[in-house]
Amino acid sequence: MFDSSTLLRQRFAALRSTAELFSLRHVKQSHQSLSVRRNVAEPPFFSQDEGAMLTVRVNGVEAYAATADLSQAGLQRALEQAEALARRIKASSLLDLSGQAAPSGRHDHVSPNFEQSLPKLADCLDLLAAESASVPRDERFVDWQASLGFSVVEQTYLNSAGAELRHAQRFIYPGLGVTASDGQDSQSRSLGRENFGQQGGFEVVERCGLVGAARRVADEALQLLLAPNTPAGQRDLLLMPDQMMLQIHESIGHPLELDRILGDERNYAGTSFVKASDFGHLQYGSKLLNVTFDPTIHEELASYSFDDDGTPASKQFLIRDGLLVRPLGGALSQLRSGLDGVANSRACGWNRAPIDRMANLNIEPGEQTLAQLIAGIEHGILMRTNRSWSIDDARNKFQFGCEWGQLIENGELKGVVKNPNYRGISADFWRNLSAVGDRSTFQVLGTPNCGKGEPNQVVRVGHASPACVFRQIDVFGGDA
Amino acid sequence: MSTAYQQRFESLLDSLNAAVQPGEQFTLGYSAEHSQFVRFNHAKVRQAGLVSQASVQLRLVREGRQAEQQITLGDDAELDRQRLHDALAQLRQTLPLLAVDPYLNLDYSAWHSHSLLEQPLPELDEVLALVEREAGDLDLVGIYAAGPICRGFASSFGAFGWHQANSFNFDWSLFHANGQAVKANYAGQAWSGETFAARLRQAREQLAHLGRPAVTLKPGSYRAYLAPAAMDEIAGMLCWGGFSAQALATGNSPLQRLYNGDAQLSPLVSFREQVSGSLSPAFSDEGSPRRDLLLIGEGRALERLVSARSAVEFGQQANGADSYESPCALSLAPGNLPCEQILERLGTGLYISNLWYLNYSDLPAARMTGLTRFATFWVENGQIQGPVSTMRFDDSLYNLLGNQLEDLSQEREMILSTSTYGQRSTGSSHLPGALVKGLTLTL
Ligand SMILES: [Zn+2]
Repeated sequence: MFDSSTLLRQRFAALRSTAELFSLRHVKQSHQSLSVRRNVAEPPFFSQDEGAMLTVRVNGVEAYAATADLSQAGLQRALEQAEALARRIKASSLLDLSGQAAPSGRHDHVSPNFEQSLPKLADCLDLLAAESASVPRDERFVDWQASLGFSVVEQTYLNSAGAELRHAQRFIYPGLGVTASDGQDSQSRSLGRENFGQQGGFEVVERCGLVGAARRVADEALQLLLAPNTPAGQRDLLLMPDQMMLQIHESIGHPLELDRILGDERNYAGTSFVKASDFGHLQYGSKLLNVTFDPTIHEELASYSFDDDGTPASKQFLIRDGLLVRPLGGALSQLRSGLDGVANSRACGWNRAPIDRMANLNIEPGEQTLAQLIAGIEHGILMRTNRSWSIDDARNKFQFGCEWGQLIENGELKGVVKNPNYRGISADFWRNLSAVGDRSTFQVLGTPNCGKGEPNQVVRVGHASPACVFRQIDVFGGDA
Repeated sequence: MSTAYQQRFESLLDSLNAAVQPGEQFTLGYSAEHSQFVRFNHAKVRQAGLVSQASVQLRLVREGRQAEQQITLGDDAELDRQRLHDALAQLRQTLPLLAVDPYLNLDYSAWHSHSLLEQPLPELDEVLALVEREAGDLDLVGIYAAGPICRGFASSFGAFGWHQANSFNFDWSLFHANGQAVKANYAGQAWSGETFAARLRQAREQLAHLGRPAVTLKPGSYRAYLAPAAMDEIAGMLCWGGFSAQALATGNSPLQRLYNGDAQLSPLVSFREQVSGSLSPAFSDEGSPRRDLLLIGEGRALERLVSARSAVEFGQQANGADSYESPCALSLAPGNLPCEQILERLGTGLYISNLWYLNYSDLPAARMTGLTRFATFWVENGQIQGPVSTMRFDDSLYNLLGNQLEDLSQEREMILSTSTYGQRSTGSSHLPGALVKGLTLTL
């Protein structure tokens, strides 16, 4: 761990610049993807990536240069390029950062079980092959795949104000998916994949429930293929955590990003229906809604001690008892807006600059068991596992679809339905939140695939949530 | 600078050729760029930087087994050679742990391909000055990305491909004080300050239309004209497994009913993968020469995109597709609707410049949902009435490009991808606009 630190420190100390502030963010990552599809192992894929971003501030204007040339001369060259660029854009610059304080903390953050070794490659492939082989022989199963992804990221942030912040993190992504088809319709059921990832060691694979799950997942895909379409109409909607995470992500997370509210993302990711003046005033949801930025759940994907600009991270309520109180904005956005924020300035790697991102964005658990949530619904539907997501550029009008639906009548779970979709408007939807599950329904999930920014960046985000009920939502199915 | 990337790639290739042992085969892909990224907000520079990156992807094959490793390269030739040799060593250790791969399918041909385009790029000062002069008083937001892009490929069978071009992509929006916006883009390989200024002026003129009071529509079915940029979003959804041999064989393609012959599109619809003449490399990521393919001809499914792996797994002929079997240069044939008649032929309905955030509401039925975004207008009797507030559609491709398709425009737009996930994309699409009799709006 942190093998490069001594060399990086020496090289950073030897850099020469007339800038009032400069920093180096070194990122080294490795990744391994294993997969068995239809009982055949796909070629294993490995990657190794290492580079650094040099950022300078000259007369209040910042610019960066990113390079994989980590020699003394290479870092010095990048620093000078960044400096020259900062001088060049001075007259056109939107921001004057002269007044922004520079971080100077020193801290190491390490994922749980970071140094625990993982099973050997052959053992991992055996595990995946066993899952694949346990999908029953039935010609309606046209596709099935078991996969494991491991990523290790080490990052060191150094700046001329004396900061030294290091992260060593390991991310585990188990996955399983089965598709059943009758030639006309296809239905898929999955576990993990885009809906699950955690920090840690092999215990993450166990926690995900991958081992021994293939038979059940296959059976559920077949049940969906044989199931009727989801009936259209208004129903109470019970969302399980693996759909809640997407609902939180799209209709709370993105609209609360302060750089969107400040207009930076209007050409690509979009704007927000939330205005800077809404914080402290807007009733975002019902009294049951409590949303936190929480970097303290160790295994959650985006837990860390400091963000990529060097701001210390702590748990904060963004929405308390339904009232909007705080945006997702890092130090720079806080300076620009005058609002309090959180430590969420993040970059996807050494070649992209930090911007406001979601990290861990969670819903705090309530007081009802799953049985109580179901018992409280007269005419409703339960939905699990996101498969389709679409929302407007102000993050208001949404339509989401799940893999699995089950009708609820008079407080009891009834038959399975396929193609469960629902639509709504963020600004109203959360006010219909009528029941929140307790800790027994609470799951720590996350996705490696949140896209945003110009140039584009994909980052890991964590979402932990209980199951939740929303009153009178527009629900509908597919074409047939 | 111009041949430095290729020399570095060739020197790595030489050292790899010297290091492989009898019985070992390899493919080596290369990707590099030197990029200037400048973000704008309120017509000022919000964030600016330079990114220099290069990587190789080594696939090692021995006795029917294969594994791949990608490594980032630095600037030190000796260090990069060492990294490549480390990767080779790791792959060598891995192969004996694997089963024989029944779908391994190597292209043994020693093909050669070379393309080097080095038109000069503008100085950043010129770009900034033009933005200030033409849009300094406007609310402009967007990104300028520019610099050389390289892709290389070589194999132990003697295949060698090189693709290098300077390119730029300025993608921006102009916002009206009422929150409405118009989107514009100027991208290519040959920069002209005059053309850029003209595009900025054109966007400024369109902004004027957005000042009228917004029209709010109710859900229902509406006549609509989808401009090429809106069609690009629909085409993008089809690229997501639509033409993929693997997706078609495994129930995961939105076009499976079309390819089964159970459904068809309008005879006006002919889609091609048109690589020749595009900005994409002439070879795929897995190292086969790409081919132009007729994917859909007059509404009927024809060829599909077949990677080397799918060819063996599903008993088909590989045809130069990328490993992920998505088109890189999708082209839709033009129709008969002249540009100047669009509003008149639309009559009363929606003029949709852009769509946003599409996804499937029922994938096997090719039913998709998404939203209007940027300049979308309500038109009555061929006259623009005002901008339309964001609306959601939810409709099947078999309607939009099937029984509801009235015509496609005569003129097409070449749309160069603005994607910069990981690296700057070389993808493009060449599309007409579409006049449809009914588009279902739901929210
Ligand atoms: Zn996202």
